[in-house]
Amino acid sequence: MANATQPFRLPQIGLVDRNAPLTFRFDGQALSGFRGDTLASALLANGARLIGRSFKYHRPRGLLTAGPEEPNGLVELRTGARREPNTRATVAELYDGLEATSQNRWPSLGFDLLSINALFAPALMAGFYYKTFMWPASFWERLYEPAIRRAAGLGRAANAEDPDTYEKAFAFCDILVIGGGPAGLSAALAAGRAGARVILCDDDFALGGRLLSERREIDGLPASQWLARTIAELESFPDIRVMRRTTIFGVYDHGVYGALERVADHVMAPAPHQPRQRAWRIVAKRAILAAGAIERPTVFGGNDTPGVMLAGAVRTYVNRFGVAPGREAAIFTAGDDGWNTARDLAAAGVKIVAVVDSREQVDPNLRTLCEGFGAPLYAGASVFGASGGKSLRRLAIREANGSVRTLACDLLTVSNGWNPTIHLASHQGHRPVWNAAIHAFVAGDLPDGMRVAGSAAGRFSLREALLDGAQLGAEAAQDCGLATKQSAPAPATDPEAVAVAPVSRVAGSRGKAFVDYQNDVTDRDIELAAQEGFRSVEHLKRYTTLGMATDQGKTSNLAGLAIMAELTGKTIAETGVTMFRPPYAPVAIGALAGHHRGQDFRPVRLAPTHQWSKELGAVFVESGLWRRAQYYPQPGENDWLTTVNRETLAVRGGVGVCDVSTLGKIDIQGADALTLLERVYINNWSNLPIGKARYGVMLREDGFVMDDGTASRLGETHFLMTTTTANAVKIMQHLEFCLQVLWPTLDVQIASVSEQWAQMAIAGPRSRDLLRAVIDEEHDISDDAFPYLAARMVSVGGGVEARLFRVSFSGERAYELAVPAGYGDALARALMAAGRPFGVTPYGLEAMGVMRIEKGHVAGGELNGQTTARDLGLARMMSGRKDFIGRVMAGRPALVEPDRPILAGFKPVDRAQRLRAGAHFLGLGRSADLDNDEGYMTSVAYSPNLGHWIGLGLIKRGAERIGERVRAYDPVRNGDVEVEICNALFLDVEGARLRG
Amino acid sequence: MRLPCPHCGTRDVQEFTYLGDANVKRPGADEMSEAAMTRYVYERDNPAGRQREYWHHSSGCHAWIVVTRDTRTHRIESAEPAKPLVQS
Repeated sequence: MANATQPFRLPQIGLVDRNAPLTFRFDGQALSGFRGDTLASALLANGARLIGRSFKYHRPRGLLTAGPEEPNGLVELRTGARREPNTRATVAELYDGLEATSQNRWPSLGFDLLSINALFAPALMAGFYYKTFMWPASFWERLYEPAIRRAAGLGRAANAEDPDTYEKAFAFCDILVIGGGPAGLSAALAAGRAGARVILCDDDFALGGRLLSERREIDGLPASQWLARTIAELESFPDIRVMRRTTIFGVYDHGVYGALERVADHVMAPAPHQPRQRAWRIVAKRAILAAGAIERPTVFGGNDTPGVMLAGAVRTYVNRFGVAPGREAAIFTAGDDGWNTARDLAAAGVKIVAVVDSREQVDPNLRTLCEGFGAPLYAGASVFGASGGKSLRRLAIREANGSVRTLACDLLTVSNGWNPTIHLASHQGHRPVWNAAIHAFVAGDLPDGMRVAGSAAGRFSLREALLDGAQLGAEAAQDCGLATKQSAPAPATDPEAVAVAPVSRVAGSRGKAFVDYQNDVTDRDIELAAQEGFRSVEHLKRYTTLGMATDQGKTSNLAGLAIMAELTGKTIAETGVTMFRPPYAPVAIGALAGHHRGQDFRPVRLAPTHQWSKELGAVFVESGLWRRAQYYPQPGENDWLTTVNRETLAVRGGVGVCDVSTLGKIDIQGADALTLLERVYINNWSNLPIGKARYGVMLREDGFVMDDGTASRLGETHFLMTTTTANAVKIMQHLEFCLQVLWPTLDVQIASVSEQWAQMAIAGPRSRDLLRAVIDEEHDISDDAFPYLAARMVSVGGGVEARLFRVSFSGERAYELAVPAGYGDALARALMAAGRPFGVTPYGLEAMGVMRIEKGHVAGGELNGQTTARDLGLARMMSGRKDFIGRVMAGRPALVEPDRPILAGFKPVDRAQRLRAGAHFLGLGRSADLDNDEGYMTSVAYSPNLGHWIGLGLIKRGAERIGERVRAYDPVRNGDVEVEICNALFLDVEGARLRG
Repeated sequence: MRLPCPHCGTRDVQEFTYLGDANVKRPGADEMSEAAMTRYVYERDNPAGRQREYWHHSSGCHAWIVVTRDTRTHRIESAEPAKPLVQS
């Protein structure tokens, strides 16, 4: 009794849960299905045959397959921000409330105006992109491309941000079993019984593979019983992980497999905190590829008419889903397997109207079977035309003797043999090999550790699948060092026949005969490619688009190759082979990104004083991974410059505090610590006394500046190096290279202590007064005891260890005070409290930048990887008495050439004008071209102390040109400012403020 | 890809940082010249096959290691610490 609302649902057949009805919508129409359906099976149950329109010709299309290889049945799934284009209806698990929309049709699926494209089919033949729309070239962007994109296309992506989350995860196992059909299940069972750690992945939501689709017996009982028993045993092993809804999409080096787990694709929306999908990297010592096989269509006229389906898929719809894809079925087969479909359809009560077997010799048993159907058998015949438009109505059959007859039916099952699913076996670059015995490509050399079992190995019978699985599972376990017991005899199966004599295409077809359904590639397109010389597989693919798009030719590649072989008089093996690359099936970018999106794209590092800065209303800026306080606006300050001016003046007029914890800090100890410093810095260190700090510059081996910072000598053989925030990690790696690779005999140990110490700069004329109130009394910080560049252990807050450095980036009397990171917040608050009488002001990166530019100190803008020490005016630091990294290469002629741009200061001639970093310098009256380029501005700031903008920049022969005027030309921002070259030291030239 | 760190065992490649050719040797003080440094800094073979190369276990033990790898297949022949382990 057919369900009234699901007219094609078969009673009492199938694995769907009849007690769990679901409702869903397709193109707005409310339909019903059952739990256990796919969208495809539910659509068929409701009698929907037309699912979409084809890519190029907008031909009506229905379902061809029942699996991930589906080329036609692509829909948009879900709505709004969750809308997902090009979803294969055959793998979309039905859930209550599912909404799907057909694609590539306008205005509606049934009436598509663009099907008129089919009338212009001659213009859309192979290579039409290259021919039809070539001239004039200017028409491409304005006319051709927009028109083609509107007419030919797949689904629409969502316009809004994806509301779901995605995860990345790792898993490790001894043996990865790819595929949960009979071969995979028996492999997992054998490996599991030997004690192996096994992961079994299957892309379906139900394990069993073909056992779900076929009416077979194992050990004399229905296969479903073996299946249930096997799954129960597998799930009883603690070391076997069964992952349903998980597709292995790629094979990578050294036993790494990419897998996509669809965690919540089968529900309307993920549960709270549940990801939608999870991208796994599975690391396996061994893998067993048991991915089964994909059935081949036959190329004949009208083979894309809705109602023409692959025979194996029809068995799946009937036996697994309890759906009859038609009422009157014709069978077109090139082998024994197509007969199984006839048998199952008949058993389900579908009328068989004819069996067309392309083989002349048909087994007498099959003849008898056909008589049982009450249907005629046409042996040695072929179907050369299918017609009916949106739903199959009529077949044209050519009999062995050449006579032609027509036949009415609404379902044609096509069986032309199977191709092993070997995609994953060639992801490492191994070429498949042609196996003439089974008329298919099989895996050749295999990725390390991989074995292939059952249908994926071209061993198509159920008996072979079970045998292979048991044997390869045990072998893989042995490879992992596990002993396997004498294996139980392989289960017995009912008799089966798998002989096939494939038909590459039916000659003399009526109507278009499709090779690649998804790309609308016909046999004529292949002929055209052959005629025009595009005969190699790679050329054929690109000229015709055969095998491209979301299905990557899973059902079409071999057919295309076979036709090309026929046209060129070669064998398929000689014609070529298609290689496969990851991913096996489409993978959403979101799944690969996981949580790394938006704010979480990279990790965020926060300074120990972050909370303190936040409470003070700081505006933060990204600086590498760090969020650093940029400035601290106060009420009434409406633009950043007002705030930064106030902070700058407060430091120069009193005292300010600023977090500098983000600087890299490297602790260096050992008998040869000094030697290491001498070799990595350009300047001298041997005369640095204990308790003193010194500025240093490091070069790369090619002679360019790598980084700068200070190093302090805390003991005879103990130094503390600081690096810039940006280079902290790189310099640590560099020093490790020096110590482990360049000079492994040096007695030095280094450790990064960047995160162990919080560090505050205290700058300004009142800085010592403020410090005095914070540092424990017994430490003398008078200028005699603690002069400029002193560096010593002190304590704060009654015994908390601390390090005090008298270094200055601002040019003022300044200190940096470091405490263990956990005290950083307390230190910042203590400095603020103690500084209240002095009007202490917190300042951020911007004010720091203004002050360093006023003092001509180089930073990121100047240390850009293209400047030498000489370029930055630091040539005199380079010691002539020692070797250091970069010394020789820094002396190359081009790097000491007098015309090289070097560091200078710049002021606008009209002091009211603003400067911009990035502006290029041109001689006055010179045209703006490369020949006249003299250098560029690297950093600019508004100096509230001077009352105008100032800049640092690199200009040819800068030192000799003080006082000269040039143009600072900035065409990107319409800037053209006359500037005066000056000393790169704008304030306190004598350094009186620094020393107090 | 997975690399066998001599200290930590086999780990995912994303824990490592690549540097390159491990056959180049920094000239010693007596052989230091612009020509020798140019060779050291810039000149690299680009073999299709076996290559010795430096990797840094930057998200692990921080050891620099010398990996011998086939550039065509990514097969790893060996991985040794760049700094010879001290003999006891």
